[in-house]
Amino acid sequence: MIQTRGLTKRFTRTVAVDDLTFDVLPGRVTGFLGPNGSGKSTTMRLVIGLDRPTSGAATVNGRPYHQLRWPLHEVGALLEVGALHPGRRARDHLRWLARTNAIPLARADETLELVGLASVAGRRAGALSLGMRQRLGIAAALLGDPSTLLFDEPVNGLDPEGIVWVRTLLKSLAAQGRTVLVSSHLMSEMALTADHLVVIGRGRLIADASVDDFVQRATVGWTRVVTPERDRLCLALERSGAGVTVADDGSLEVRGPDTARVGELAHQAGLVLHELSPRHASLEEAYMDLTAESVEFHAPQGAEARR
Amino acid sequence: MSDAPAAVRIPAGTAPAVPSAERSGLAELRDTVAAEWMKLRTLRSSSITLVAAFVSMLGISALICWAFAHHYASLPPLEQAVERVTLDASFISVSGIFLAQLPIGVLGVLTMSSEFATGLVRATFAAVPRRMTLVAAKAIVFAAVSLVIGMVGSFASFAIGQAVLSSQGIQTTLGAPGVLRVVIGGGLYLPVLGLLGLGLGAMIRRTAGGVAALFGLLLVLPVIASVLPAPWGPDIQEYLPNQAGSALLHASGASDLLAPWTGFGVFCAYAAVALAVGALLVQRRDA
Repeated sequence: MIQTRGLTKRFTRTVAVDDLTFDVLPGRVTGFLGPNGSGKSTTMRLVIGLDRPTSGAATVNGRPYHQLRWPLHEVGALLEVGALHPGRRARDHLRWLARTNAIPLARADETLELVGLASVAGRRAGALSLGMRQRLGIAAALLGDPSTLLFDEPVNGLDPEGIVWVRTLLKSLAAQGRTVLVSSHLMSEMALTADHLVVIGRGRLIADASVDDFVQRATVGWTRVVTPERDRLCLALERSGAGVTVADDGSLEVRGPDTARVGELAHQAGLVLHELSPRHASLEEAYMDLTAESVEFHAPQGAEARR
Repeated sequence: MSDAPAAVRIPAGTAPAVPSAERSGLAELRDTVAAEWMKLRTLRSSSITLVAAFVSMLGISALICWAFAHHYASLPPLEQAVERVTLDASFISVSGIFLAQLPIGVLGVLTMSSEFATGLVRATFAAVPRRMTLVAAKAIVFAAVSLVIGMVGSFASFAIGQAVLSSQGIQTTLGAPGVLRVVIGGGLYLPVLGLLGLGLGAMIRRTAGGVAALFGLLLVLPVIASVLPAPWGPDIQEYLPNQAGSALLHASGASDLLAPWTGFGVFCAYAAVALAVGALLVQRRDA
């Protein structure tokens, strides 16, 4: 289990992680979601002790990472690709890692087999493709058979077959009762893999919910209404507490009451409607909405279009 | 083309269970030393560098002795007599360490800096979160390896050098005053220098910067000190690392150097300070 409490990391000019408090529980895949630059990687680095928090704390199984006596037996982490020396053979990379935590050296070949790299065990890491290096990083994370696993953007650089493989792997690790935290900036990817979501933007917690709850919350839609008596309908709807905005095509977007209620309100006011239709945001749109304000690097027109 | 030939595989719970015993700090250091030793062995570049250091040490020592013997043979008897008095046959036979210090020093820097340059350090720190243990393990492994190479190289250089000099009858023996100290000193010079490099590598984290700092300290500082007016220049010079480190290497001592073991102590102090500051910075900084 991973816990963060008020976790904060401030660099000289920016706050990368801002007062994050969440738990990552065993037995399910927790998706760690946020736009690029939102602080996902920094949070993971704080969890495994690579960076030191400015304030707050992160613990694994109740202890700060640096207090774990057998870190590789408890936690496996795949951080950005390239935590290896290009001149060392794949097998040797795993073997020295095994040595640090008194893991039997035979485990190196076992995990290489597991991730499908047995045939390139003797190849130098620098000669491996990006996808193979990603798999080697996953093998390193699995080396000590840890109960807690962190994967930072694990599908980067993988081909479609590899992506499916990672999804299956993550789910089966969680099914074995392990704690699995996997970061991504793609909602669509997480929708397929995760059971639970922790969403952050600009270092702040935006949502901590099961995927089902998130979908429900996110897909609360709106009602599209077209009427020749726009101003009067607006007035009637707003008086009943609904949120109304005028879309570019002159139609109304009504949030709050469900579609039936909107129709009833129009009827009570004696207004003519030309169109009354329920609308739903997709999961991807919901995520975009949720994180829109927290995107660090807007494309200028993108920001314009959103208004 | 697919990344890997194998089909999707799912791990079964075949891996070792978490060892229930708490691990003592010493046991952790032992495991880390074993890992660092494996790291060193499994890189072709480090093996090549170590072999290069060893070969250059023997080769240069032999070459200098041969050149001296050649020069000596060409002198008239009177001048030969003068040379005999001033010659330090032990010193010139181990002088190959002054070339071997280049690869050893660079490898010392690389031991730390390549971790940061490649990003390997993230895997290393995740596996060994107590960074003092890590730096200690690296220092132990590197010191041990360079001590073996230095000692074997120094005794071998001495043997080869004396064999070359014996053609002119100007060789010395390990039993002669100060000679054993010189040969042992030749063996001790490289590990201390390597640790100085390792400390600088930990401080600076960049290979180029670390190497520049090391050889600035060894080669450039003496030049600067040599242009300072007396008494500062000479006084400072004998405390600089290269001079202090070579105090052990003169059988009968040298007037412009510190006493042999004092000089060596000063040399060790440089390495100790560099290591301590480097370890502290590694401990404190984000990886």
